[in-house]
Amino acid sequence: MTNTTRIERHHYDVVVIGAGGAGLRAAIEARLAGKKTAIISKSLFGKAHTVMAEGGAAAAMGNVNSRDNWQVHFRDTMRGGKFLNNFRMAELHAKESPQRIWELETYGALFDRTKDGKISQRNFGGHEYPRLAHVGDRTGLELIRTLQQKIVSLQQEDKRDHGSYDARIKVFSETTITELLLDGDRVAGAFGYYRESGEFVLFEAPAVVLATGGVGRSYKVTSNSWEYTGDGHALALRAGATLINMEFLQFHPTGMVWPPSVKGILVTESVRGDGGVLKNSDGKRFMFDYVPDVFRKQYAETEEEADRWYTDPDNNRRPPELLPRDEVARAINSEVKAGRGTPAGGVYLDIASRKSAEEIRRRLPSMYHQFKELADVDITKEPMEVGPTCHYVMGGVEVDPDSGAAFGHVQGLFAAGEVSGGMHGSNRLGGNSLSDLLVFGKRAGGHAATYADSLPARPKVGVAAVEAAVETALAPLQRDTGESPYVLQQDLQAVMGDLVGIIRRENELADALGRLAELRERVAKVSAAGGRRYNPGWHLALDLRNMLVVSECTAKAALERRESRGGHTREDHPAMDPSWRRVNLVCSLDGDTVRLARKPLPTMRTELIGLFDRAELAKYLTDEELAEFDAQVADVETEKER
Amino acid sequence: MGNQNSPGPGKPGARRQFRIWRGDEDGGDLQDYVVEVNEGEVVLDVIHRLQATDAPDLACRWNCKAGKCGSCSVEINGKPRLSCMTRMSTFTEDETVTVTPLRTFPVIRDLVTDVSFNYEKARETPAFAPPADLAPGEYRMQQVDVERSQEFRKCIECFLCQNVCHVIRDHEENKQAFSGPRYFIRAAELDMHPLDAKSDRKEYAQAEQGLGFCNITKCCTEVCPEHIKITDNGIIPMKERVVDRRYDPLVWLGSKIFRRGQVPQTSVTSEHVSGAVRGSAAHGGVHSHAGGSHDPRAEVQAQRGVNWDREVPRPTAPAVDDHGKLPLTELTFDRAAAPSPFGDDVTFPLPPEHLNFAHPEQDKH
Repeated sequence: MTNTTRIERHHYDVVVIGAGGAGLRAAIEARLAGKKTAIISKSLFGKAHTVMAEGGAAAAMGNVNSRDNWQVHFRDTMRGGKFLNNFRMAELHAKESPQRIWELETYGALFDRTKDGKISQRNFGGHEYPRLAHVGDRTGLELIRTLQQKIVSLQQEDKRDHGSYDARIKVFSETTITELLLDGDRVAGAFGYYRESGEFVLFEAPAVVLATGGVGRSYKVTSNSWEYTGDGHALALRAGATLINMEFLQFHPTGMVWPPSVKGILVTESVRGDGGVLKNSDGKRFMFDYVPDVFRKQYAETEEEADRWYTDPDNNRRPPELLPRDEVARAINSEVKAGRGTPAGGVYLDIASRKSAEEIRRRLPSMYHQFKELADVDITKEPMEVGPTCHYVMGGVEVDPDSGAAFGHVQGLFAAGEVSGGMHGSNRLGGNSLSDLLVFGKRAGGHAATYADSLPARPKVGVAAVEAAVETALAPLQRDTGESPYVLQQDLQAVMGDLVGIIRRENELADALGRLAELRERVAKVSAAGGRRYNPGWHLALDLRNMLVVSECTAKAALERRESRGGHTREDHPAMDPSWRRVNLVCSLDGDTVRLARKPLPTMRTELIGLFDRAELAKYLTDEELAEFDAQVADVETEKER
Repeated sequence: MGNQNSPGPGKPGARRQFRIWRGDEDGGDLQDYVVEVNEGEVVLDVIHRLQATDAPDLACRWNCKAGKCGSCSVEINGKPRLSCMTRMSTFTEDETVTVTPLRTFPVIRDLVTDVSFNYEKARETPAFAPPADLAPGEYRMQQVDVERSQEFRKCIECFLCQNVCHVIRDHEENKQAFSGPRYFIRAAELDMHPLDAKSDRKEYAQAEQGLGFCNITKCCTEVCPEHIKITDNGIIPMKERVVDRRYDPLVWLGSKIFRRGQVPQTSVTSEHVSGAVRGSAAHGGVHSHAGGSHDPRAEVQAQRGVNWDREVPRPTAPAVDDHGKLPLTELTFDRAAAPSPFGDDVTFPLPPEHLNFAHPEQDKH
């Protein structure tokens, strides 16, 4: 082994953990605010999971349909999240995303264009108008590359002005943070290791932005990469912050289920937006049977009407294949359970019989290319076999909507992107995550910079905390009696996939909590073979405890919430319950134990709730809330009469 | 995904032979593994299975497992590939699959190499320069105009092109002065960006990125998993236009008067230059690095750049007599000296359209 006692120390104003869209946008903002900024990237720079986003970034620019505006986008977002969203976040998101997209063009992004040269926008599930700025089906890559290149351009400025690329913003690639260090209630720094060498590194900084993404690696079938182990969620919990909405996980309805080389890989919703339809093994286009009452008015009832919509959206209602993701995922699940699925346990997604091969290749180039190369499946000739895949966690760090500052008893901690909670409520609309990254990444970075300025003195990192962090990190390497981290991960994935998956039941959830408690014992004794240099077994062993605590939060909250809403479906409580809409479930950590508390949702401002029809609100609100709404409307009326 | 051991609904797994390079910068060697492979799997699935069973500390990079992030670049049976995009069905059942790290970059451990060279070159490439007179939201571009750059922005930075480029693969010392295909297409992308305010991308590529070292073997294009036509659409147009400008007498004169990079902007727009080239070619006798030829057609060809696309004739064996000997005797040979090593049917100087080599220092003329 090389050096085990040396710990490299760095001093920064703002440390951003995570180098996906939210992290990079936050870092750009902190650096523009003049702060010395570090970006910690678990992988190489530019490889973050953001590259996987295909569809686009939702922003009400109104380039394709001029009737679109932030109010419509806000309405769609709240509807998609089943009104459980933090309304203020949904409002900020809808208002600011056009600016954030336009800003990317000044960084060099090249979106697809409309005929008059503006950014083109495409249709997507749950969005009333064409709204997603896109680049073919590789929008996420464009976004991450653009932000990466913007950071390079800032570094070039710094080189010119200060003589070094790294003078004011530095990327620490292949570096993992295992612990946040506190001084009382204040963030004082972050401790971690370099993947390459296994050496430890300590960042002393008054402000930390979490942008670590999601938790999908705790599930068997997932589109998420190895990095998605809930690091930020767990770091926040251990630092005294709280998590909300952890019961809501989005299972993307159309992940590939066969062949195994592409299992879990998403088939973008644009396949359905461009005419792709879902069929069961009887060849029936089944989505017409699954339009819920709350959406009945907006969706077509016959195949003929649905097919007309693609060319004439103003005079026809949308095809039911474009229902929000949770509805489509549940419908597929029901078909498979009823024995009408494919041999691999999915359904067919057919675009081959509906569009010419040439058109498919033009509209969905990377999709075509990906399946041809990865699985030798030609989507222009045969239907795809798809099914629900763990894709996104709506829940996350409970934050102040305006600043991204974490709630709970910790100061100096900020969160943005998938790791933060509230914005998407119980279900995220496709396209809203890329714009979420930009809007709240910028906000978190800016507010972290302001916070760092506001401190009279720098918090200090305690020696004991660093020693404890070193010990925890080395423990799996020093044990040789424990189990393999790979076995433990598989067992965890089995528990979460089978018992806390897309359809949940009370007894299974209780069973899951018991198994997670057993796993906790086993994970505490995990042992990793090999040394400290680039040892994936060791890294997984360290990630496991994060995955475990976050899984406990999900299972506990899922057991508590006795209703079905968005990304949380309880077979024993299949209906949406308006009284549950008023409640957020908040997780915190007390020692080692996950605590769950109920917290009322903030009440929407009058001018925002006024954007909805009373008839629509009646589907979501309690009678009491509706009475309040009526009173508010009456007030506004009298106001007008005066 | 990834770590699952359970076979899919297809055929039960077969045992297959793998050889994987294990070691670090101090050395290492190929180790043999026998591992279960199921129908429909890719090489990365098998590496993950090895990690979960025989080799828990086997180091490899991966992220998306969908050919979109470019992390899992390795050499499989000597071919640079993304391991997530290499289907096991492309090998025969009894074929040993050998997986080694990228050869051009220093090994960190096992299949993981130090690719920081690429990030250094990325930092040296000047960033997009936004137009000063347009506010965010005012950018207007036509789809046909953005498509050329969009092709290069498909790049997933797997660095396979950098790995196979002979200029760096075979000559470590070139790394200083040579950015490699990834950054030539970055320069090309910015050069073709409809609104980029910087106008000397090509000159920069030639002067600072070492574009001239590239001798167009097209290896980069061949390995690109995104099928970007790196050479044809990126490097060659960059070289051609550099050539245009260099041999435009006006630009040449300008570059003697002004220092490089200070060439007046008016003379470097491509319309102007190509006009000038046509004009001068008609007069004939313009200096060309191919030299000598006064054939106007060949001269125009030379002005457009060297004929990189020309297929190089494969060397052929000479005809032999019944005894397998070359049919040469001093007595019967039709000339008095030894034959030309280039073949007696070749006359010098070679016409420029038959060249496919640009001297790396051609710009120093």
